[in-house]
Amino acid sequence: MEIIDPENKKELTVDQKIKRRTFFSFATFFAMSAATYEGWNWLYSAPDEANGITAGSRKPLRAAMNKTELFFRRFFSDNHLVKTYPKSMAARNVRINSNIGNEDENFNPENWQLSVVKSKGEVLKINLEALKALPKTEIVFDFKCVEGWDQIQHWAGVRFLDFIKHYKLDDLTSMQYVGLETPNGEYQVGLDIESALHPQTILAYEMNDAPLQTAHGAPLRLIIPVKYGIKNLKCIGKITFSNQRPRDYWAERGYDYYSGL
Amino acid sequence: MKVIKEKHSLAMRWTHWVNFPILTIMIWSGMLIYWANDTYTITIFDHTFYHFFPESIYTFFNIPYRLAEGMAFHFLFMWFFTLNGIFYVLYTIFSGEWRNLVPQKKSFKEAWLVLLHDLHIRKTAPPQDKYNAAQRIAYTAIIVMGFGSVLTGLAVYKPVQFYWLCWFFGGYNLARILHFSLTIGYLFFFIIHIVQVIIAGWNNFRSVISGFEIVIKEPTNVAVLTHEDKNSSGNENLVIE
Repeated sequence: MEIIDPENKKELTVDQKIKRRTFFSFATFFAMSAATYEGWNWLYSAPDEANGITAGSRKPLRAAMNKTELFFRRFFSDNHLVKTYPKSMAARNVRINSNIGNEDENFNPENWQLSVVKSKGEVLKINLEALKALPKTEIVFDFKCVEGWDQIQHWAGVRFLDFIKHYKLDDLTSMQYVGLETPNGEYQVGLDIESALHPQTILAYEMNDAPLQTAHGAPLRLIIPVKYGIKNLKCIGKITFSNQRPRDYWAERGYDYYSGL
Repeated sequence: MKVIKEKHSLAMRWTHWVNFPILTIMIWSGMLIYWANDTYTITIFDHTFYHFFPESIYTFFNIPYRLAEGMAFHFLFMWFFTLNGIFYVLYTIFSGEWRNLVPQKKSFKEAWLVLLHDLHIRKTAPPQDKYNAAQRIAYTAIIVMGFGSVLTGLAVYKPVQFYWLCWFFGGYNLARILHFSLTIGYLFFFIIHIVQVIIAGWNNFRSVISGFEIVIKEPTNVAVLTHEDKNSSGNENLVIE
C-alpha cells in the first residue's frame, strides 16, 4: 500500500507510515470499543416493557424474543414429532416443580367441570366422564423444563385435536390462540393454535396408568410436548380461544411467550 | 531496515474483535441459564472433583435467579455470534486465507515441536508460514467448536423441530453437555491465547488491530524477497523504503 502525502506528493518514510497507520487503526479500535461499551450500557439499562400480556423483560429484549419467535415458527410442523420411549423407561417418581394456581385447599376434583368458552355467554361444560369416553391417547416422552432438566414421563388422555373434533369446536380453531387457566385463574398459559393442535398435545387425566394426583394437576392437565413445562398447565379450569395472546403466567415474568421446542 | 509487512486483513481483524464481546455475553448469559439446573460435575469413581459452579463464582458474577434474563440475552446474541462466524468462514474461503489456517498433514506432527519449543524444551521451532502448526490446529479447531456451539445450541433450543440435529448430537442431554463443554473449551482457549499473545509481544498484538507487522530486513535481500513474494503469493505485500 502506497501512502502519498497529498500536500507535496512526497512519499512518507516507513516510520511515518507506521505511526500513521498505528494511530488510525488504534483510534478506530478505541472508538469502536467505546461504542460497544455504550451500546451494551444502553441495552443493559433499557427500561422494562410496559406491563401487559408480556412483562418483566427489557423492552428491546422482548422485541427480539418476539422476532425470534416468528423466525422459528417457520420451522414448526405437525410432522415434527417429539421422540417417544417405551413405557418401561418412564419415571416412577414424576418430578413436581411447582403448584402455582393449584394451592386451593377447598378445591374438590369431584365437582370439577371443564369450561370451554365458545363465545360471550356461551360456555360448554364438560365433566371428566365425558372426556374419558373419548379415544384415549398415551404418550411416553422426554418432558423438558425451562430450567434445563428433563424427565421421561408417561401420560394419557384425550388428544386436543380429538377433543376439538368431538365437540365440534373446529370453527374456534380458526383463531390464533388458545388460553387455558386453573379453576382459580391464578395460573394461565397461552398457546399458539398450531402448537395446541399438534398431534401430540393431550388433555391428560392419567399418569403412569393411574388417575392424576392433585400434585400433578388432577383431574385434567395439559401435556404439550412441543413446549417447555411452564406451558403444561396443571388442572385446567377454563379453555378460551382468541386472536390476541391470552394471559400467560410466565410471559408476565420475563419469559418468552412462545417457549416452543 | 524496517519493513511493513501486511499480516491480518480488515475482515479478519473485525470478525476477531466483534466476536470477543459477543462470546463474552454468550458465556455470561449461558451461565444465567445453566444456574437453573447446574448439575454438571467432574466425578471419577464417586469422587466429585469439581462442581460447575461453586457458590463463590455464582455470587461473584451475580448469577442466581436470572434465568429469564439469561435466555433473553442468549437468544438475541446467538444471532450475532452465528452471523459473525458465518461471515468469517465465508471470508477465509473466498479470500484463500483458509490455506494459511487449515492444518496440513505435517501440522499434527509439527504441533508437538512447536509446543516443546514454546515450553523452552526444544531450541528450534519448525519453519512456518503465517501461522505455525499449533496455531493452524487451534484456529481451525476454534471455528469447528463455534459451529459445534451453534448446532448443539440449536439442538437444545428446538429439540422437537430440529429432532434430527438433536439425534445427531446423541440426544437432548448429550447435546446440552456438549454445548456446555464447548464453552469450557473456549475458556481454556482464551487463557492460552492471552498467554501466547503476551509472550509474542507488541508487534504481534498490534498486527491484530493495525493489520501489519514490522520486520527488519537487509535491503538487498528484501528486494529479492519482495520480488518473489509478489509473484508467489497475493497475501503478503511488502512496503520497502
